[in-house]
Amino acid sequence: MSSTETPATPVDHELSWPDPCEIAGTVRLVAPDGSRLSEDAVALSGHAVYAAAAARTTPDELRAMYRDMVLVRAFDREATSLQRQGELGLWPECRGQEAAQIGSAHALRPRDHVFPSYREHGVAHVRGLDLREILHLFRGTEHGGWDPTAHGFHIYTLVIGSHTLHATGYAMGIQRDGDVGTGTDRDRAVVAYFGDGATAQGDVNEALVFAATTNAPVVFFCQNNHWAISAPTTVQTTVPLVERGAGFGVPSIRVDGNDVVAVKAVTEAALERARSGGGPTFIEAVTYRMGAHTTSDDPTRYRERAEEDAWSQRDPIERLGALLRAEGLVDDAFFAGIDADATELTAGVRAYCRSLTPPPAESMFDHVYAAQHTLVDEERAWYGQYASSFEQAAAGS
Amino acid sequence: MTTTHTAADAAPTDAAATTAATVPAETKQRLPLARAINAGLRRALATDDHVMLMGEDIGRLGGVFRVTDGLQAEFGTQRVVDSPLAESGILGTAIGLAMAGYRPVVEIQFDGFVFPAFDQITTQLAKLRYRTGGRLEMPVVIRIPYGGSIGAIEHHSESPEALFAHTAGLRIVTPATAADGYTMIQQAIASPDPVIFLEPKSRYWDKGEVDLREGATELGPDGWRSLHVARTVRAGSDLTIAAYGPTVATALAAAQVAEQEGRDVEVIDLRSVSPIDFDTLTESVMRTGHLVVVHEAPVFFGSGAEIAARITERCFHALEAPVLRVGGFHTPYPASSIEAEYLPSLDRVLDAVDRSLAY
Repeated sequence: MSSTETPATPVDHELSWPDPCEIAGTVRLVAPDGSRLSEDAVALSGHAVYAAAAARTTPDELRAMYRDMVLVRAFDREATSLQRQGELGLWPECRGQEAAQIGSAHALRPRDHVFPSYREHGVAHVRGLDLREILHLFRGTEHGGWDPTAHGFHIYTLVIGSHTLHATGYAMGIQRDGDVGTGTDRDRAVVAYFGDGATAQGDVNEALVFAATTNAPVVFFCQNNHWAISAPTTVQTTVPLVERGAGFGVPSIRVDGNDVVAVKAVTEAALERARSGGGPTFIEAVTYRMGAHTTSDDPTRYRERAEEDAWSQRDPIERLGALLRAEGLVDDAFFAGIDADATELTAGVRAYCRSLTPPPAESMFDHVYAAQHTLVDEERAWYGQYASSFEQAAAGS
Repeated sequence: MTTTHTAADAAPTDAAATTAATVPAETKQRLPLARAINAGLRRALATDDHVMLMGEDIGRLGGVFRVTDGLQAEFGTQRVVDSPLAESGILGTAIGLAMAGYRPVVEIQFDGFVFPAFDQITTQLAKLRYRTGGRLEMPVVIRIPYGGSIGAIEHHSESPEALFAHTAGLRIVTPATAADGYTMIQQAIASPDPVIFLEPKSRYWDKGEVDLREGATELGPDGWRSLHVARTVRAGSDLTIAAYGPTVATALAAAQVAEQEGRDVEVIDLRSVSPIDFDTLTESVMRTGHLVVVHEAPVFFGSGAEIAARITERCFHALEAPVLRVGGFHTPYPASSIEAEYLPSLDRVLDAVDRSLAY
């Protein structure tokens, strides 16, 4: 570039909102209208292996994934309402990302371990976590809220990207345990979930370096939902995120994140590779954050309604619903049954949320350290005396 | 080096299996601090096969200070790991390994290079037990050569202990002698909480007697907890000097000079910056009525400020002078040709002793 040329300006995000999954190399097995792509079309794009895997997905699994997506969306909507009613301090919606989360989570085995970001309610549900446990964090009664070892599902990490290193370290532990490449059920793998914004963080890049050089059994599952609060993906990268992986020596693949069938097939392959000793994989799942970043956010300030409308045409739940109908795998009673379950779930969520009361204030001193720390002990004792002095004063008055 | 890891790599080597059983013929040796820490690390690696070391250049090179010398050859590349040059990555993966049941001991090459890992240490490592309601344990040790006086270029002479002491969830200790280096590193590794293990690099070559029979399991009924107990290095009745790490020897030298002037100075090696053994310190100051705190870190918001505040609360009526602090100035660590004027020298400590006793 000569000095007289105008410097390149950052690329503005697409104004016409073409379907980013129509880019060559993106794995898509089910079109937005719910029709399966033809074998020829899939073979042409070199993704026959995923189509073959998807063909093994049973009707029961398809129905289960649909049910999970509907329940999680209902839960998500209910939690958003609860925040609006002042029952939760904050809520990060996952609306629009259900296929990316539930498809990938359905590829996991019980012994695999997940490190979520803070929007992976769909993954939590599939891992067997009672969704209501997520409310503890957002109602301010606990920082975590669940046992990270119970479901192989770590607590949410709010510091963007930090947990991708924890996932990599955990995977290095699995290697040392000898739980990789045995060809038995003993083999395990790890998945780290993060977003397009996180890819700019040093920790994510360091995680890719460590995973690549140690050949760790970890899958980097990036949900490119197009927005890091108000910043479009073009603020984070000038190339498709999937292209980042090659520079680290990590095999990478881009998948239509709203196609639950394709997401499951791609994640299954990556996990199998990891468990068998093949090393890490980077998956870019192209999806869309249909809601706000969190309930504190106002997307109308930074994005066009037309963009949201374009993505609502690619809704992941409607897509799978259309597929199930077209292939005659469901009837009206199926949908009615799920709707009833969703209603029951949300009523339970509402009641549970309101039943969560603040813990005793002195519990703030618990679990700072595993064992005695004289400073914490002193402050706990002082606070106890201070607090009880009010009770004594009240008793004496 | 390109390595693919297999289950076979993770198995302890024969050498590792035999080391624990082999008690050295001569168990008491005079070792420099660096060698004593090395011996403690070797003992920990041999005792528990979930202990592993990670860091930059700690393998074949043995670390830039050779503290890990010979350990990779003895325990293999899966237990003594040369990490990529990425401090946050080292800490973040150590956290993941701890979650998977390992006890990582990481080396940060120099004090001034810990800051890329500061986020992982303060937002993740320190808080994970708390955030999970006690469900996760984080037995990670972070070894950091710290302090000045070795004529190093910038970023190689800092004392960041107060930055970590301000974060709940961390334990911070620093040995001043070879014997402590050997014992305390094993106690730190045995601790269920994360430990910042600050190694006074100016004392790495100071020799002291080390009893190599003492392993983590022979540390007495307190086990790793005695890690936080201060040690009275020299008894005295006129004034107390509290020091830790590199300044203990300076404090002791000051006490010896003061003795020639007829002043009986007590020297306490705190050994631990979080928590601080205020009981030992209080008992001493109640007798002497005078306290001088000496550390290399800047005085402003340093550990001496915290000690002064708490000792004032505990010993208000016994104090015969304000608590005085001797340490670094509120400047970046200066160029090494003038560092002697920045550091708490023997003369500056004696000056504080004079000022305190003149009150």
